[in-house]
Amino acid sequence: MLTTRIIPCLDVKDGRVVKGVRFQGLRDAGDPASLSDAYEQQGADEIILLDVSATHEGRAHQVETVKRVRAKLSIPLTIGGGVRQVEDAGRLLAAGADKVSVNSAAVRRPELLRELSEKFGSQCTVISIDAARRGDSWEVVVRGGREWVGMDALEWARRAVALGAGEVLLTSWDRDGTRSGYDLDLLRAVSQVVDVPVIASGGADTPEHMVDAVRAGADAVLAASIFHDGDWTVAALKAELAKQGLTIRQVTNVEVAR
Amino acid sequence: MQRKKVAVIHTGVANIASMLAALERLGADAWLTTDPADVRDTSHVVLPGVGAFGAGMARLRELGLVDALTQRFASGAPTLCVCLGLQLLCRSSEETPGVAGLGLIDADIARFDSSARVPQLGWNEVTPAGDAPGRFLTEPGYAYYANSYRLVSEPEGWSVARTEYAGPFVAALERGGWLVCQFHPELSSAWGQALMRRWLEYDHDITTQEV
Repeated sequence: MLTTRIIPCLDVKDGRVVKGVRFQGLRDAGDPASLSDAYEQQGADEIILLDVSATHEGRAHQVETVKRVRAKLSIPLTIGGGVRQVEDAGRLLAAGADKVSVNSAAVRRPELLRELSEKFGSQCTVISIDAARRGDSWEVVVRGGREWVGMDALEWARRAVALGAGEVLLTSWDRDGTRSGYDLDLLRAVSQVVDVPVIASGGADTPEHMVDAVRAGADAVLAASIFHDGDWTVAALKAELAKQGLTIRQVTNVEVAR
Repeated sequence: MQRKKVAVIHTGVANIASMLAALERLGADAWLTTDPADVRDTSHVVLPGVGAFGAGMARLRELGLVDALTQRFASGAPTLCVCLGLQLLCRSSEETPGVAGLGLIDADIARFDSSARVPQLGWNEVTPAGDAPGRFLTEPGYAYYANSYRLVSEPEGWSVARTEYAGPFVAALERGGWLVCQFHPELSSAWGQALMRRWLEYDHDITTQEV
């Protein structure tokens, strides 16, 4: 059976992991390569690196970072941030990314999704949607919530998949950083209108939140703070999720000790 | 282990950096090639594969690699085919109707049922069939899949590993030095690395003498 993916997400700026990462036994928790590798050893199913560099100079580190992460990492790697055209994605894939996620650039120019999926395939093309609740519906926001673009999130998800996106990374802008649980209504609504996998993002604090997300239709769950703050190792979290009935890939002791 | 030479076919439609990195970690001397002589003569060859069936076949024909691959198949020289690499070995695929595959596996590729989320993206089981144990596919485990199409029927003359997503399908096949995976061993963490290591360590010449 296909398992639920547990995906740690690292925000990277100018080649360094941002947000305080408290990771025991790691010499340099600010190094994306060391941190990604440590999460793989704990049993992470995939890593997402979001480049949050504000400047062009900061983003110049991106390809180098992807190469260094890939040299160690033998699980899938998704890269988001700064992909505006096919050439940007090509550079990241050539450096070792397995998928690229696009957000505001696709909102501005939806055809980008078609171009990416035609060139690299749908399985490489992730649409990242930041959705903010407005009454009974959700609106797409970009630029970290600073800009409401007047698009309905469900309609955008459906259109993005029709254009070729093979996966939806769905972040609840209201819940992001609050640790109050994923927006289950949003997950339910989006997973009903698309037939590709949906990654739940924004609000994770407990294993129960993740179980709820999967029951609401998520195929994978993304979390950042609970791992970075040292509240849960991926291994401990996965053991708990399995106990609560999710289908999980558990890493054996032999593999951990390799 | 002696540094094994591995020619990775540059199909041009695949993101092969992960494959090269995995081979590098395993201590292999791996490079990208489009040269038929490399594909014919190198001890180990990888046919990676991400992309569409039609584009993949067109590329193999354009590069003149069909004969070299067919020869390797006949001799059983160590060859690792991944994802689309598996599908290209078959007769045809629903993905690109009317385009003939390599036909080395006497079967056709079909899309997952519409009941499932497609593509299948994620970790799923690999269960070697007990009846004909293989040389490489010796351990059950979890591997990373990224596919919309799959092989359902189990071809004769191969050791098979199975899995299930909207019904059973072929996870991997092996025969002689050929290891053919629907999943991505290069993205399947320690289990995938161990599988690749068994394949890399297989020495064709010695074994043929034994046989």
